[in-house]
Amino acid sequence: MENFEPEIVAFCCHYCAYTAADMAGSKRISYPPNVKIIRVPCTGKVDAIHIMKALEKGADGVYVAGCLEGDCHFKTGNTRASHRVIQVQKILEDLGWETDRVAMINMSAGMGERFAETALEFTEKIRNMGPSPAKQRKPEPQAVS
Amino acid sequence: MITAEQKPMQEIIRYMAPYKKILLIGCNECVTVCAAGGRKEVGLLASALHLNSLKEGRTIDIKEITLERQCDPEYVEELNAYIDDADAVLSMACGCGVQTIAERYKNAHVYPAVNTKFMGASLSQGVWAERCQGCGDCMLGITAGICPISRCSKSLLNGPCGGSSDGKCEIGPETDCAWCLIWERLKELGLQDRYEELVEAKDWRPAGGAGPRKIIREDLAL
Repeated sequence: MENFEPEIVAFCCHYCAYTAADMAGSKRISYPPNVKIIRVPCTGKVDAIHIMKALEKGADGVYVAGCLEGDCHFKTGNTRASHRVIQVQKILEDLGWETDRVAMINMSAGMGERFAETALEFTEKIRNMGPSPAKQRKPEPQAVS
Repeated sequence: MITAEQKPMQEIIRYMAPYKKILLIGCNECVTVCAAGGRKEVGLLASALHLNSLKEGRTIDIKEITLERQCDPEYVEELNAYIDDADAVLSMACGCGVQTIAERYKNAHVYPAVNTKFMGASLSQGVWAERCQGCGDCMLGITAGICPISRCSKSLLNGPCGGSSDGKCEIGPETDCAWCLIWERLKELGLQDRYEELVEAKDWRPAGGAGPRKIIREDLAL
């Protein structure tokens, strides 16, 4: 599909990833508009079901962006989030979907460039993968006239 | 508690393939504790089935509900409001719950979504080990709180077999020799003499040897 624009959802923690996104904005560093940011107080708030619902509602890729390992503002939130990302990847594998459609990314609040870089990288990865299998319906059988 | 693990996804998908309207029922007790069939798992399984049906280009309708328990008729009655709308019932409870639902709603197509495993206890977060086999004649008082029926691979009653080696069972290094554990515990408690008291051949009838078991408490009947 030539004009496929991936729909990406990024759950970003307030303390690091969202601030990094803000930093990217302040420094006028562009990142793809495909990435739709959802701010959460901590990535530990993100549960597996949130990622699954994002995919159900049409996201082609979902990533959870949190603080650097060991630096979570709430101590272990980002660790819990990364376990949940793995849990969703396991479900996707069981369903026969590409597990790379979901990812966990870590960064600190000052890493505006990293936010933009990872946003671009992830978007391009999903673009190469193509639309989510949820959108790849089999064509309706043609009626015989 | 009763432990269970979710069935392989493809098996569940196969069960649900002929159906369009599914009643997906969780249980708030044991399967919630072992994260196999509680409210969260119901949500995730429903989402996974939706994703799968989107990929296949078909629509399915899933009603999600989590009962307090599925092994008590009073709780199962709550399904009256939903049962007629469903083509199939997918239960995430242990075998007890699945069967209670099937018995109550005789026209329903009922399927299990988990494999019930064993009666066990939690060792640490996310780890459960078998502790009880429901033999109906508990001897934990004699064996310092360690069960030889469930923890000895051969359910021996009077000490270890010749396969016990370095505290481990001959079946593999991950399995402790229960009798070694019992002996060590009796020693720590200063109750070594108890080891010498012979345990007679076990009556296996309370353990299920005489067929399916039942408890009748007439004092509890309304």
